[in-house]
Amino acid sequence: MHHHYQKSLSYKIFTIFNYTFLTVAALLCILPLIHILAVSFSGSAAATANLVGLWPVDFTLDAYEKTIGNENFLRSLWNSFLRVVLGTAISMAVMLCAAYPLSKSDKAFRGRKIYMWFFVFTMLFHGGLVPTYMVVTKLGLTDTIWALILPSAVSSFNLILLINFFRTSVPKSLEEAALMDGANHFTIFWKIYLPISVPAIATISLFTMVFHWNSWFDGIIYMSDVKHYPLSTFLQTIIVQQDFTKMSVDAETLQNLSERTVKAAQIFIAALPMLAVYPFVQKFFVKGIVLGAEKE
Amino acid sequence: MQPTVDLKQQTAAVGTRKQWKLKGTWQLHTMLLPALVIVFVFQYIPMLGLVMAFQDYEPWLGFLHSPWVGLEHFKTMFEYEDARQVIWNTLVISTLKIIFNLAIPLAFALLLNEIYVMKFKRTVQTIVYLPHFLSWVILGGILIDMLSPEGGMVNRVLTALFGIEPIFFLGDNDWFRTVVVVTDVWKECGFNTIVFLAALTSINPSLYEAAIVDGANRWQQTIYITLPSMLPIIIVVGTLSLGNILNAGFDQILNLYNPLVYKTGDIIDTYVYRVGLLNGDFSYATAVGLFKSIISFILVVTGYRLAYKYANYKIF
Repeated sequence: MHHHYQKSLSYKIFTIFNYTFLTVAALLCILPLIHILAVSFSGSAAATANLVGLWPVDFTLDAYEKTIGNENFLRSLWNSFLRVVLGTAISMAVMLCAAYPLSKSDKAFRGRKIYMWFFVFTMLFHGGLVPTYMVVTKLGLTDTIWALILPSAVSSFNLILLINFFRTSVPKSLEEAALMDGANHFTIFWKIYLPISVPAIATISLFTMVFHWNSWFDGIIYMSDVKHYPLSTFLQTIIVQQDFTKMSVDAETLQNLSERTVKAAQIFIAALPMLAVYPFVQKFFVKGIVLGAEKE
Repeated sequence: MQPTVDLKQQTAAVGTRKQWKLKGTWQLHTMLLPALVIVFVFQYIPMLGLVMAFQDYEPWLGFLHSPWVGLEHFKTMFEYEDARQVIWNTLVISTLKIIFNLAIPLAFALLLNEIYVMKFKRTVQTIVYLPHFLSWVILGGILIDMLSPEGGMVNRVLTALFGIEPIFFLGDNDWFRTVVVVTDVWKECGFNTIVFLAALTSINPSLYEAAIVDGANRWQQTIYITLPSMLPIIIVVGTLSLGNILNAGFDQILNLYNPLVYKTGDIIDTYVYRVGLLNGDFSYATAVGLFKSIISFILVVTGYRLAYKYANYKIF
């Protein structure tokens, strides 16, 4: 492992610089969150007076109590949960079913090319915000969870990843054998393709879950009532826009919501699921990207 | 169209194997159906809605009876000072992002590649991926707090170290674009590094061994072996990002901007949102959106072509 050049003085100086630089870069990525965490556990007065750095001042759970006590927050948390579970399940079911026929060869499935272009074209050209908004509105999906789930249910990019996975990972001999035994496509899909594809399904499911947890803009445009907001949308309204007009709450709750410590607590709670899953997702992401990059 | 093809196939069919395949085709079409319907409804029908861009669309008249105005809205767009400024902002911000989101992750990958303590390397990697997984709502909340001129962490540190007056980063037109580009690179750097790291591991080690025999130091190896070997992936990333030249980061900017910085920070997407959905000027907003979609389409296709031509990259 150790080469001659690694013993030279200039390389040693470089190595010291390199370790320092990478450490600083890593700190820049983690310190903001630690700061927010420290603020969320600090006393309100200390936070307002800008006394909090990376460690809580006047440690208290007050901000978390106020957050948990806010029914708007809890309801949006539930909406997000529902959205993630239902959205991911539907999206995966639809995409897996579509990926199976599209993974066949052009010869085995006539018309495959046309279908492929039907999906790929949506990656190249979009109707844009206003027409999409009008379709969702005209269908009467506003103020229902379907407005958050259906429009994004088929991601052409994820679909291509699944197709590529099916093409490269399912042994053709296994499929041929099943064909000989008279199995139909549904059986082959269910009994052969799905069990083999568990890692790919896990990967794309995680992509989709992250997407749903983080999405907020559709909530803003399709939900007229705060009751239907997912957590990201709720936080966008009160923390980023600082718009409380949509909440019908008493003065005290309003006061609580605008406290710096409470905002910090809400930000941290929203970040928590991502913090918990991303070390696992990360590994899959690496695979997914490599999967996406090395095609034929 | 599809049934006729099946019929033809059916008549031509011989042998059990082939017959099975034909019988099975309807199953394949059926499995595609849900995805086709969803994509048709939510992607293709909105494309039909683009006719609005050539009308003075009024909701109570609908598409059929709203008056046609031809290219009126497009003319307006180029005459409006606002719209021109927005297009310019979009180009400046996205170009800077494309350059830095290519160069910095590449440099970062090269630096990480020189780390031989695996534990350190993995820890750094894991930490720098983190911001990618957080939404711009969360990061917006954090940044608004940290960049605040009234005791935000960043200003406190700057004052302590250099004694400068607090800067209103998110409300100052001289600073806003810088903040947008820097925070975007900060968020995506780790993630963009992945693809370069993967390319680095696939370089043939014998190339380095030969170079070492020839007495090349690490810097020379980087210049003459590493970078040339990375060229295809650099070309792919570069050409594919061409399609993003009109995407300056809707999510990010909507969470960071405010009326004080519209002059430098308002981009096509945020403009379309405000004009279309908040002010209700559907037709004009659709025209601006269509203008963006068409240019993007040309650029995406060009990007793919170039990536294929120069790096043999194919998406499917």
